[in-house]
Amino acid sequence: MAKHLERKHTLATRWMHWLNFPLLGMMIWSGLLIYWANAVYSLRLFGYELFHFFPQWFYDALGIPYNLAYGMQLHFFFMWLFTVNGIVYCAYTLFSGEWRGLVPVPSSLKRAPLVALHDAHLVKDLPPQGKYNDAQRIAYTLIILMGIGSVITGLAIYKPTQLAWLTSLLGGYEWARWEHFWLMIGYVAFFAVHIIQVVIAGWGNFRSMITGYEIVDAAEDLPVSSQASGELA
Amino acid sequence: MKDDSAIKIDEVRELAASQRWPGGRDNTANLLDEPRELSAPMTEDQARRLMAAPTRRGFLIGGAAALLGLLGWRWMPEETRAKLLRGTFEFNEWVSRSLYDPHRLAPEFARGEAADIRVNGLEGMAQSIDAADWSLTISGLAPARDLALSMGDIRALPRTEMTTQFKCIEGWSVIVNWAGVRFSDLVARYGGAAKLPGYVSIATPDNGYFVGWDTESIMHPQTLLAYEMNGAPLTPEHGAPLRIASPLKYGIKQIKRIGRIEFTNERPRDFWGEQGYDWYSGH
Repeated sequence: MAKHLERKHTLATRWMHWLNFPLLGMMIWSGLLIYWANAVYSLRLFGYELFHFFPQWFYDALGIPYNLAYGMQLHFFFMWLFTVNGIVYCAYTLFSGEWRGLVPVPSSLKRAPLVALHDAHLVKDLPPQGKYNDAQRIAYTLIILMGIGSVITGLAIYKPTQLAWLTSLLGGYEWARWEHFWLMIGYVAFFAVHIIQVVIAGWGNFRSMITGYEIVDAAEDLPVSSQASGELA
Repeated sequence: MKDDSAIKIDEVRELAASQRWPGGRDNTANLLDEPRELSAPMTEDQARRLMAAPTRRGFLIGGAAALLGLLGWRWMPEETRAKLLRGTFEFNEWVSRSLYDPHRLAPEFARGEAADIRVNGLEGMAQSIDAADWSLTISGLAPARDLALSMGDIRALPRTEMTTQFKCIEGWSVIVNWAGVRFSDLVARYGGAAKLPGYVSIATPDNGYFVGWDTESIMHPQTLLAYEMNGAPLTPEHGAPLRIASPLKYGIKQIKRIGRIEFTNERPRDFWGEQGYDWYSGH
């Protein structure tokens, strides 16, 4: 069957995607170094504590030293890199037109559950899609909004007097800290699903995030020239 | 009669249904007229050959970058890393102070919302002191002489009360009602006409605990020399007879049992700043 090389992700997108991985990782790790000093959150159901953030084994397993000062040093260093990477990505996606393939379209909400059912092997056919399917459009847009949310809630905790209006808008200092924490949990949940999906989608899809190109089937049996033309950018 | 897009969606469904997932995901965008960038058709061998070099290059560059970052961080001398992180605190302080506006106030709360506050640190308060013997030494404020103020002198200054949120650097907070003297009122009463030095050093009588403040934060209208907390005189463990209370900085800066205040142009030492915390710690 004839193949195309399809350009999937631009060089800029790929760099910023991969840069974000260690940056967000460091933000979460250093955030946990800060959180333990006042580890007050838990998952509750009808007043019953299902899970306390976090049990001792968790800190041990992740090698989180009880070092608030070091956590703050790292957090307030990497925050710049994380934020700058995020701002450049948003600006780039906006101005390059890449956002078109990324943001949900009106029918995305309706079709996203079909994608999920398909992925769960409960429905055979997959709704039509562009570069991203509708579940991806929602997830990838949400994760960017969450990134913006982390910067905003972070600022509200960092400067609650100079930015008192922002802190109040988020429900006050205590709520802002709670929101900042749950956004982090959201990233971890996203990451888990993302990894599973990437593994299932396979090598070709993964490679497209590294090279920018994916080998795709031609729509019909197109004539194939004897010489593949051109070099990849 | 179906419109075009409906036909296309049906085509896609057929196409998707005819192929085993995940292959069925391919080739749908062009049917929906979404822009795609496709190469000329080629055989699978040609496609694989073309992809080989960029794949190798991608992994090499990515791997090298990851390794460089990891090893760079690992092998960076402890001193260099500390300098980098301290430098970042100082850079952040510069940004904060450049954007600082003394007219921005921390929210104040109803008196009834005030609650008890936990005693979290007793550094500098190892010995008990005699309140009758206590005096506050202030240097660098009035020209050419040190001041020694009694509690009577302090109480003679205008009394200010505020109910603000006390924030510990550990991450907890509590609303507390404070009463005392605005630091700026004390300066107005005892200071000269000259421009104030850039920093203030404040220490306990035994120098066991000491903090540094930038002058603009200590002169903020919500920075108090407090002698009452939640409607009662300060207890010894909360800093009697006089402490700093301010929503401008974390609790580590709100020193208890003040013995000495010094205006200075040199950045003062700071107890927790020397333990790796942000010297500025400003809100």
